[in-house]
Amino acid sequence: MSIDNIPHADHDIDSFTGVSTTGHAWDGIKELNNPLPRWWLWTFYITIVWAIGYCFAYPSIPLINGATTGFLGWHSRSAVVQSLDALQASRGALMQKLAATPLDQIEKQPELLNFARAAGAAAFANNCAPCHGAGAQGSPGYPNLNANRWLWGGHLDQIYQTILHGVRSGDPKGHQGSMPDFGKAGILTKPQIEQVANYVRSLSGLKTETGIDVAAGGKIFATTCAPCHGKDAKGNTTIGSANLTTKVWLYGSSLQTIENGVTNGHGGVMPYWGGRLDPTTIKALAVFVHTLGGGQ
Amino acid sequence: MQQRVLKQLTQGELIGFLLLAAFALFATFVSAKAWTPAYAFQTSLMAWTAAIAAFLVLKNFYDRPAQLPPLEIDGKPNYYLAPVRFLTVASIVWGLIGMSIGLYIALELAFPHLNFSQYVNFGRLRPSHTNSVIFGFGGNILIGTSFYVVQRTSRARLAGYLSPWFVAVGYNLFLVLAISGYPLGITASKEYAEPEWYQKLLLTVVWVTYLFVFVGTLMRRAEPHIYVANWFYLSFILTIAVLHLFNSPTVPISLFSSKSYIVWSGVQDAMFQWWYGHNAVAFFLTVPFLAMMYYFVPKRANRPIYSYRLSIVHFWALIFIYIWAGPHHLIYTALPDWVQTLGMVFSIVLWMPSWGGMINGLMTLSGAWDKLRTDPVLRMMVVALAFYGMATFEGPVMAIKEVNALTHYTDWVIGHVHSGSLGWVAYISFGAIYCMVPWLWNKRELYSLKLVNWHFWISTMGIVLYISSMWVAGIMEGLMWRSYNKLGFLQYSFVDTVQAVHPLYVLRALGGAMFLTGVLIMVYNLWMTITVDELTQAQAGRPVAPALVPAE
Repeated sequence: MSIDNIPHADHDIDSFTGVSTTGHAWDGIKELNNPLPRWWLWTFYITIVWAIGYCFAYPSIPLINGATTGFLGWHSRSAVVQSLDALQASRGALMQKLAATPLDQIEKQPELLNFARAAGAAAFANNCAPCHGAGAQGSPGYPNLNANRWLWGGHLDQIYQTILHGVRSGDPKGHQGSMPDFGKAGILTKPQIEQVANYVRSLSGLKTETGIDVAAGGKIFATTCAPCHGKDAKGNTTIGSANLTTKVWLYGSSLQTIENGVTNGHGGVMPYWGGRLDPTTIKALAVFVHTLGGGQ
Repeated sequence: MQQRVLKQLTQGELIGFLLLAAFALFATFVSAKAWTPAYAFQTSLMAWTAAIAAFLVLKNFYDRPAQLPPLEIDGKPNYYLAPVRFLTVASIVWGLIGMSIGLYIALELAFPHLNFSQYVNFGRLRPSHTNSVIFGFGGNILIGTSFYVVQRTSRARLAGYLSPWFVAVGYNLFLVLAISGYPLGITASKEYAEPEWYQKLLLTVVWVTYLFVFVGTLMRRAEPHIYVANWFYLSFILTIAVLHLFNSPTVPISLFSSKSYIVWSGVQDAMFQWWYGHNAVAFFLTVPFLAMMYYFVPKRANRPIYSYRLSIVHFWALIFIYIWAGPHHLIYTALPDWVQTLGMVFSIVLWMPSWGGMINGLMTLSGAWDKLRTDPVLRMMVVALAFYGMATFEGPVMAIKEVNALTHYTDWVIGHVHSGSLGWVAYISFGAIYCMVPWLWNKRELYSLKLVNWHFWISTMGIVLYISSMWVAGIMEGLMWRSYNKLGFLQYSFVDTVQAVHPLYVLRALGGAMFLTGVLIMVYNLWMTITVDELTQAQAGRPVAPALVPAE
């Protein structure tokens, strides 16, 4: 109904504004007969005109076999490709050089090493830091990468292989094998585990419990543990067994932690990054980790 | 001598009792065979509620006089206010629950150790927070005020005798089921549509009844025209029904399991979800709260609405354009480019239709601006309109593709939502509650305007702290995520940004705590308003100001 048809529209005037009301009240509420604010109406029109223009410029109207493309030819996927290309271009010729240079040659060229470490640091922060820590310091179950102690080898190509295929990762080329659960499987009894755990602590000069036959623990170690960890307990990087003679501990050095490990075993997982990162990035990561403070 | 009328069960009472009793038995059966303890608990809760409701229907029948309450007494409408009182109290209770959970999860984000158990894990508590405040606090006050406003502005008693109670109680049972389900792990995991299939079915039945009650009242009206607030309420009820139906077609894996799967998949599912999600913002958090504004602002200011024409034009523009803006939630995703473009341009065009409501509300105060100095309730509603204007400008800006590239997935989105929900939705609701409680409980005035003033200032500072900390956090995250060093590699990791926003998360929690403090002050004030005997007050020398009497 048009405003002019509202009965008594001109008869009821609001005394404060001098504007007529629509002549009706609901529960005492009246409505003034003010026009639409001009600035409001014109801004509304302008947004509509802009919207129509934008729809001509960009993909907007669905047709039977796809949508209109817009005269700017913009497409979200090509826009992503363009910005990735621009990113690659901003990295300059060093990126191509990094891709082309064999792994063992990178560290001999200071400029390329610097570039590879920057690439590796960025990739590390976003992919590795959640487990290994922002400073690669590790945490219980996740190796410290600064300490020059390597479960699977600290040579550049060994680090590269570990990142590429992972550990117990489901990748058939990944590192396999785990620490068995000697207690749960019934191979060792609880007193034996106590003895061997004390023996393991003695290897790195840690205190042992009084009243425990540490020498008996040594005998158990020689028959049960040495096949993997070695007679000298220095571990073996081909099967990932830990060196037990240093102050660096993956899960912790307390008696309880060691007993728990011997009882229930260990088998942490590192993903295979070959499935997610490109070979050049993995190369950069290997260089970054290799030059952190360890590296052989 | 009064004529004796034979007391008989009405058709509604009979059918209601039978349905409730049958449902109680059925739910007991399902509960006995339920696959999980959580589902057994929920279905037995439904059974108990239905059984108690069936009992109350009978008890009410024996207690009530033979005749149902008349539609009019001495030519004046006999308003049905008991369900409105129930809904108002329910709204405040849910508000307290929801805002307390909100404060807790804000602290969880700042101090992750608070996630000490699966039942209080952030992922489970977050939907409990959003659902309690949006559907519990907001929904109850929307249904409550709509039942109040539609009666007053139609000069007619609410349609139905038991059905308004079915709406009020049924809706709150739905809320209890949904919100207690999330910590127990029962969720459909669609944002703002987390309730599982049986909870959604209950809501559907309740909502259809709500529609009938509302439309039935409108059809009874003694006024020639339908007041503008009722257009807004009606579009809210209708559109929420449509949105709910399209975003909820799920297939339960069994009658005895709470788990179900949605029939939509992939990008269609995402599209439906955000068409729903955005219009929950539109038709739940904007349109019906404008209805509230269109009644309580002119009522409290005692001034006419600024422009009838503006109310018509912005109403139709708002509801026609809002419904298309959903895809702006999915910019730079797998959604086809053309849909993203349309979502963006409709968001821009939406700017002025949104502001139409703000202009009409603010300009209604012309001739009453002086009241802002003396009336903190009116001030609260005006500040609500200011936050509404700010949030509805910020929204279109964030929907622009290039801006969205910076803001999407950051805490700016959280800040934006809260400037709308704390500043607009909660403030206009507080204003309506402060107006309505004395009317509903037949009191001359609120217990203390001074306490309203305290509520206003503490919570306003809380809101400002909340949204400004989230703006800073959001822009910082957006910039850190996209910043490259001079060699062309990412400057920061995600963890760096988490560390950087920590102090802002603490500030945000402080803002939330202040907002909750304001609500506690309101609860005390309302409690005193309802319970304190005004006559004793006056005798004790406490001045009694002229009552705010709703005009007849």
